[in-house]
Amino acid sequence: MNSHAIIAIYKYEMARAFRTIGQSIASPVISTALYFVVFGSAIGSRITEIDGVSYGAFIVPGLIMLSLLTQSIANASFGIFFPKFTGTIYEILSAPISPLEIVLGYVGAATTKSLILGIIILATAALFVPLEIKHPFIMLFFMTLTALTFSLFGFIIGVWATGFEKLQIIPLLVITPLVFLGGTFYSINMLPPFWQTVTLFNPVVYLISGFRWSFYEIADVDIAFSLAMISLTLAIFLAIVWWIFRSGYQLKT
Amino acid sequence: MKKMIQIENLSKVYGGGFKALNNINLTIKEGEIFALLGPNGAGKTTLISAICGIVNPTSGTVTVNGHDIIKDYRETRALIGLVPQELTTDAFESVWSTVSFSRGLFGKAPDPAHIEKVLKDLSLWDKKDNMLMTLSGGMKRRVLIAKALSHEPQILFLDEPTAGVDVELRKDMWQMVRELRANGVTIILTTHYIEEAEEMADRIGVINNGEIILVEEKSELMQKLGKKELYLELQETHDQLPDNLNEFDLELIEEGTRLKYTYDTQSERTGITTMLNAVSECGIKFKDLNTKQSSLEEIFVELVKKNHE
Ligand SMILES: Nc1ncnc2c1ncn2[C@@H]1O[C@H](COP(=O)(O)OP(=O)(O)O)[C@@H](O)[C@H]1O
Ligand SMILES: [Mg+2]
Repeated sequence: MNSHAIIAIYKYEMARAFRTIGQSIASPVISTALYFVVFGSAIGSRITEIDGVSYGAFIVPGLIMLSLLTQSIANASFGIFFPKFTGTIYEILSAPISPLEIVLGYVGAATTKSLILGIIILATAALFVPLEIKHPFIMLFFMTLTALTFSLFGFIIGVWATGFEKLQIIPLLVITPLVFLGGTFYSINMLPPFWQTVTLFNPVVYLISGFRWSFYEIADVDIAFSLAMISLTLAIFLAIVWWIFRSGYQLKT
Repeated sequence: MKKMIQIENLSKVYGGGFKALNNINLTIKEGEIFALLGPNGAGKTTLISAICGIVNPTSGTVTVNGHDIIKDYRETRALIGLVPQELTTDAFESVWSTVSFSRGLFGKAPDPAHIEKVLKDLSLWDKKDNMLMTLSGGMKRRVLIAKALSHEPQILFLDEPTAGVDVELRKDMWQMVRELRANGVTIILTTHYIEEAEEMADRIGVINNGEIILVEEKSELMQKLGKKELYLELQETHDQLPDNLNEFDLELIEEGTRLKYTYDTQSERTGITTMLNAVSECGIKFKDLNTKQSSLEEIFVELVKKNHE
């Protein structure tokens, strides 16, 4: 194991985030705060409670997931896309480092950054609504699993992307809709039966439902099922990454 | 001498079907400076990229210090430092951090003293905290060299190291290359400047259209393929040569004041005596004569031409 290389990449990626710390942290915090103002206060004054939880508190897990997902993807995709774009990838490719080590470095750093961000948003949320977390360890586990899964997804997008447009198209066209339709702002039980069934094809539903359960013990789907679905997603992304390195796809000619 | 790199039947076909390397066989000896000489698009960068793991070979094998570059990539890559042709650097990193990063990437524990030495050798020490984007092209080239040397490689690839580089850096670079060689580092450089190969290399390989046309000791190459020219300064000007001189490779130049005779130094008989006899038999008088060895440039042009035919 070339641990020096993993550490080098990890440190490099972390340093990149700290160079733009304002942007890395301020923008998600501000947008989360805005969600609280708009959804929590404005809509929350109409919808008082869902499943016995105040609306403001109800949307907290979903909002954290929203940032966790988008930031994990943005961070990890950029991390590997940029060296490809500038050409500095030559050094990674010529180094005595295995695909697993490359992934550990890039995805590890992206996961860490997302986790830090998730906790900051949680703290921000605590300023707006009284929070209770019934299962803090499960909550952290969910956060980590989500950050890891979507950092891997971001890594795949970064490898696949050949330009900035492609880099942004999946987060924009796929992830954002999935998150908004994933039950951040409502319980899927509030939907008509047909749309409830459709919703079950949205993997984000399981994430948010499971995550919310760790806070309030309320869930749209069984927690065990949620876990299984996230693990399955993780396994699929792992397989894709493995295939990318095996075939040299988009990295080597 | 030990074989450091052994390339056997190496071919590379790019995605579009373009064959950039065609059955390359080449051995690089430990501790030598090998110049890979060839025009743009010959396949020099592709060859280096294949050895370093940046490009997947289509067929053939490469071993570095006895290790296969695919199976034992950890061993082979750890031995190699690569200075790429393109000036590709980060923008916001400092010189110090980017060079330290390279060392880690190549699996070496941090060693600030070594990094300091490398930066000082390359006159980068006072720039160590500067952001890369603030550096000039020449300075960036130095940074790329520093990165390649950060992990103390035993083999150094320099891909067109002096393209667009100022005289000072060029001198520094050759000085550094000589020192590295003195320390036993094997150096492979590519260039399409003949003088560079002529000045630095122990051996020269000529590549064109993805094929190695020839590999020779530099001195032998110069001698073997060196055509020599013999000039006769004539006493009178001549409009044309008598017919009985047609059998010789003779040419009237400079308005008939000089006669140029081209001959092969490698052939047993240069034909000089016969030619001179024939010339005087025709009553052509000359007052002086001198010879000139053709430069590597001319040799090269000749080779590439032959290869095209
Ligand atoms: N990624 C690539 N895809 C397709 N063709 C390529 C690629 N890289 C290089 N080539 C082609 O391969 C040939 C050799 O290129 P290269 O190795 O860069 O030559 P050199 O370094 O000798 O100038 C050129 O004709 C070039 O256009
Ligand atoms: Mg080249």
